[in-house]
Amino acid sequence: MKLSDKELEIIEILEKDARTPIDVLAKMIDLPVEETEALVHKLEEANVIVQYTTLVDWRKVDGHEGVTAMIDVKVTPKRGVGFDEVAERIYRFPEVKSVYLMSGAYDLSVVIEGRSMAEVAQFVSEKLSTLDSVISTTTHFILKKYKHDGTIFDKGDQDRRIVVAP
Amino acid sequence: MNPQTKKMYVSETVASLKPSGIRRFFDLASSLDGVISLGVGEPDFVTSWSIREASILSLEQGYTSYTANAGLLELRQEIAAYLRRKFHVEYRPETEILVTVGASQAIDLALRAIVNPGDEVIVVEPSFVAYEPLVVLAGGTPVIVHASGADGFQLMPAHIERAITERTKAVIICSPNNPTGTVLSPAELKALARLAEKHDLLVIADEIYAELTYEGEHTSIAAVPGMRERTILISGFSKGFAMTGWRLGFAAAPEELLQAMLKIHQYAMMCAPTMAQYGALEALRNGEHEVEQMRNSYRRRRNYFVASLNEIGLPCHLPGGAFYAFPSIRHTGLTSEQFAERLLLEEKVAVVPGNVFGTSGEGYIRCSYASSLEQLQEAIKRMKRFLERL
Repeated sequence: MKLSDKELEIIEILEKDARTPIDVLAKMIDLPVEETEALVHKLEEANVIVQYTTLVDWRKVDGHEGVTAMIDVKVTPKRGVGFDEVAERIYRFPEVKSVYLMSGAYDLSVVIEGRSMAEVAQFVSEKLSTLDSVISTTTHFILKKYKHDGTIFDKGDQDRRIVVAP
Repeated sequence: MNPQTKKMYVSETVASLKPSGIRRFFDLASSLDGVISLGVGEPDFVTSWSIREASILSLEQGYTSYTANAGLLELRQEIAAYLRRKFHVEYRPETEILVTVGASQAIDLALRAIVNPGDEVIVVEPSFVAYEPLVVLAGGTPVIVHASGADGFQLMPAHIERAITERTKAVIICSPNNPTGTVLSPAELKALARLAEKHDLLVIADEIYAELTYEGEHTSIAAVPGMRERTILISGFSKGFAMTGWRLGFAAAPEELLQAMLKIHQYAMMCAPTMAQYGALEALRNGEHEVEQMRNSYRRRRNYFVASLNEIGLPCHLPGGAFYAFPSIRHTGLTSEQFAERLLLEEKVAVVPGNVFGTSGEGYIRCSYASSLEQLQEAIKRMKRFLERL
């Protein structure tokens, strides 16, 4: 799908802040509100804008328990379907947050969220390793998130400018 | 004996300079809490990390000594390449480019290098606050030409021509302009070029906002045929690359003029800070993508902010560059200073009264839109409330 400059701008703005009010968005791209709304709707319909989500720093939430692991998975691709079939078998599990096909030393990078290390370990040993095509897995637990999807969690850059300057 | 010791010690020229009108506002705004400041003349971005990192690396490697007076040759070569690539002008890095401590120093050097006592320099107002005092300090006489808000603060060559006398040495122009955001069109630049040729004038072109041009490409007057020989092109890293605190600018001019500037620079400054020059080198080599992202961000905020100003009843032309909106407040019946002071005290929004930039700025206020979109939205809300109460 070939996008217009205005559509590309909408995506760039919403990708940074999905809650940009429609009237503000319209002014930013210099189009009437109705036209802007129609473009956003079109992008949603075409599944170019897939979803609007919220980035949460769960460490700030008392009592929250949870671990995230990145798992390197080596698999045997199948004739005709390549990696897609085994990828699908993996990404259908709800605890799997993302699956990427990778170049390099392993094939699939799988991100899993669980309530505890034990829960993740259980998933890997019972669900993932037992799949026919899976040759091996290497599990890395995430210890701390510094930056996610372009956003730094602890923002240190406050406005240090003087109040009025020529 | 004169009992006023200040008069005794401070030179008459300096004593005669008006204090910057911004100072009073700064003090007032700084004394209040919760102020949204649209009064800042600098980017809201922190310098990109790759530039900061390159400068840190230069320190780690011990590059802490002076550079050549004119600046690192490598940097001058990159500046020459940059000027060729972006503005289609050719300068020799060895003899025609000077790295300065901000564009401000370059303007000072340019004036001191060309002005004889009593020479006249034409300044088009509203303008950056430093031109007029720098002309005076260089021993010249500033001659003010007023751009009019009714014409979108475009340069009026006819007005400039009327101001030209036998003593006129140069014209200072700034495009994109601080405070109006106005971009001079190629046609206006050509008209000015014809005047310069006809009357044998130099043009000091302050192009510090060149990277922040939103409609089409920036045109440098140095690129107008015949003008390279009579232009001192001044720019720098502060605005486009978000490097204000680094104090790094440059001048490009024909050898004779540039060498005259270098002569002053080597006595008065030695060289620009070395670590900043290494940062600038990285900026020119790898910074283009980030500059483009910042430019896009300013353009969107400009669109939002100017449309909103017009909507709440502050008529404002769409500025083609820089990051300032310069709306008219004339219909409120308040002076620029009254408007700005009341807006600050009553709604805690800091803007700069237009008269600070010259008498033709009276009836206007300068609002910088280099603030987060959230802050701009809040500022608009407060300004709307303020206007409804007037």
